[in-house]
Amino acid sequence: MTPSPREQRQDALGDIPPDGRKARSYAGVSVPGAPILAALLGLALGGTAWAAEPTAAEKPDTCVACHQAVGGPMAKPLEERKADAHAAKGISCADCHGGDPARMDMDSMKVKGFVGRPARRDLPRLCARCHSDGAFMRPFNPAIRTDQLAQYRTSIHGKLLAAGDTKVAVCTDCHGVHSILPANHAQSSVHPTRVAETCGRCHGDAQYMQGYKIPTDQLAQYQESVHGELLLKRKDLAAPTCNKCHGNHGAFPPEVTSIAGVCGQCHVINKDLFLQSKHHAAFDRMKLPECATCHSNHGIKRASDEMVGVGEKGICKNCHVPGSRGYQAAEQMGKMIADLGQAVRRGEAKLAEAERAGMEVSDAKYEFQNARTSLIKARNEVHIFHPDRLNKVTGPGIELAEKGYRAGQEALDELGYRKQWSLIPLAAILAVVVGLVLQIRRIEGGRG
Amino acid sequence: MAWRRLFAWLDARLQLGDIVEFLRHKRVPVHRHFYWYYLGGITLFLFFIQVATGILLLLYYKPTAEAAFESVQFIVTKVPFGWLVRSTHSWAANLMIFTAFLHLFSVFFLKAYRAPRELTWVSGMLLLFLAMGFGFSGYLLPWNELAFFATKVGADIAGAVPLVGGFLKTFLLGGEDVTGSTLTRFFGIHVAVLPMTFTALLLGHLLMVQRQGMSQPFTPAGAPPANPPREMPFFPNFFLREAVLWVGTLAVLLYLSIFLPWELGVKVDPFAPAPAGIRPEWYFTFMSQSLKYIPGKVLGIDGEVLGILAFGAAAAFLVLIPFLDRWAPGGRRHPFFTWVGIGIIAFMLTMITLAYFKPY
Repeated sequence: MTPSPREQRQDALGDIPPDGRKARSYAGVSVPGAPILAALLGLALGGTAWAAEPTAAEKPDTCVACHQAVGGPMAKPLEERKADAHAAKGISCADCHGGDPARMDMDSMKVKGFVGRPARRDLPRLCARCHSDGAFMRPFNPAIRTDQLAQYRTSIHGKLLAAGDTKVAVCTDCHGVHSILPANHAQSSVHPTRVAETCGRCHGDAQYMQGYKIPTDQLAQYQESVHGELLLKRKDLAAPTCNKCHGNHGAFPPEVTSIAGVCGQCHVINKDLFLQSKHHAAFDRMKLPECATCHSNHGIKRASDEMVGVGEKGICKNCHVPGSRGYQAAEQMGKMIADLGQAVRRGEAKLAEAERAGMEVSDAKYEFQNARTSLIKARNEVHIFHPDRLNKVTGPGIELAEKGYRAGQEALDELGYRKQWSLIPLAAILAVVVGLVLQIRRIEGGRG
Repeated sequence: MAWRRLFAWLDARLQLGDIVEFLRHKRVPVHRHFYWYYLGGITLFLFFIQVATGILLLLYYKPTAEAAFESVQFIVTKVPFGWLVRSTHSWAANLMIFTAFLHLFSVFFLKAYRAPRELTWVSGMLLLFLAMGFGFSGYLLPWNELAFFATKVGADIAGAVPLVGGFLKTFLLGGEDVTGSTLTRFFGIHVAVLPMTFTALLLGHLLMVQRQGMSQPFTPAGAPPANPPREMPFFPNFFLREAVLWVGTLAVLLYLSIFLPWELGVKVDPFAPAPAGIRPEWYFTFMSQSLKYIPGKVLGIDGEVLGILAFGAAAAFLVLIPFLDRWAPGGRRHPFFTWVGIGIIAFMLTMITLAYFKPY
């Protein structure tokens, strides 16, 4: 028979020192004797059957029996465990807390490294006893990562914890305690749609974060950002949340010089172009945070074509002074992208007008997608910050957009011709009608 | 002279003189409801237009799920005057059903169905059903989104017919769902089965009209019949008048096809969710819309089944009306049948209006 997780890990609790304060408080709880006795009696009576052929699910568990019998706050973990991923996989109370659930007395909580409430500083190691053990984790999920503790130790949270700061996040702060759900469960506190809220519980609490000297408005900013809108409102799981940029177990503020790498996880082309551009070296030299210099970080807004250039909303002029080469290049690039955008909108409107008029322009519309693609490519290409390079995209793009415009106009012209030329057959028909009426009159002449 | 010789040559072989003699003596009654006589002729003219434009469309149309939409697209964009042919085919189809309904109701209220014209009425009703079949099968052929989903709904309704529904649906669709097989099947029905049946029935209908002559309406109660009755020769007087209307109808068709081109829509994506605003052709909406108002269950019977049975009963009632209206042959106008006719028109107009302005 396969040993239970508890049996496998039973002796490993020895290296986790018990939280003395909490253990004492548990020991000090005034436990009514009758329910416990009843529970133990029940176990003893039923125990004959288990003794005959015990299975993992049927083994006596005095933790459950007593806590259930006592009820109230003592039974709360049992209630919470109903939705717990660990409980569902057969992980028992004793697998984390130690003790001997087979013993039918209070001494069960004095043996086998029992810890009533593990200390915060010990939690990462406690969880890692299983989660860092590849052989142990494999049966549950062959693809699961087992480097969480190693990652955690490199994180700012892990470093501060090692330095004795127990306010920092440990496993349970993000994942919960007795009702831990898999990360892909929509209700999980670490599901992508809930990560920001989970991080924000501490990072958005100015009082709690006092002394760390970091802002506490990241959550509010993120919720208003384009990423937040995509993930939180449109439920687009491709959009990033905190951990995508900062890491999760190894959470750390990105280095100023590695921001492009962070954003480039998704915005690959923009990153590659930026790294080839002159801005890359210049920004790093000036300790400017690469992408975030123009786009900001947590509160990043949807980029617009107007951002490029020196116009009212142009951001290039924030650094480039009028008359400088950079200023002129920005002005040129702003115009290129604005011209392409305008040509695309003009072409779209013309094709839509032709379509509304009942003309069949689906081929032209299909081809027009290339003009739209050019605009998207131009929005990428701008990250090389070179007018000649951008022109190689916007130039053909404008031609494509104008071709679409012409197709729409030709369809409308064709409709106009049809309407004009239709007068000829209509006139011919009228002539025939007149002729027929005259013929009728001639035949019936004088007879009314 | 050559013309006369040719005629004499043909006459010697085909006895055309009998037909000429028949036409020479054919008379059309003239009275204040005389104008309703033109409607059958206009419907016939629109059928001719359908045959002509349909044959032209056949030159380019490809009846497969992969190529149908593209072939119609090709017709309306690349084929010279293809846009006109396709648009005219669609407009004429709708006008034909419309004039057929007008023709039906004019005959209904003038009680022209009374003996001895019972079979003319029955054949006319069957022709209307076949015309609606033309509409239902033709609607799917461009393989666009709206028609695809409307056909699904139509087939589901057919599937709810008691006893034979399941077979009927599978037979119509060529499977459980609307697929390429349905398209091929509808194409076959549209260009072979229906034209053949329709033409045969139409010839019978026209033959009966010619053999029996035009029906005279009731004379107003108490008024003596005109003596001699007012009438005009069918040829050339009535024929020329009908010709004026045919040419006028052609002008209307041209105008509609040019100024309101029939849309092609979006190609079918069988995996896409049904788009909003699915609606069958207008002449089916009075049925589809009223089915929406019938509760799911009525006295333990499925509401949809009940609706279908009701429409089936109404159709049977209309077909059999010459045999049910025992008062008409005696020249009496029973208010029941008049009110039934008014009720049917009011019901159809209300449901069609609701389908377009308040579908849900």
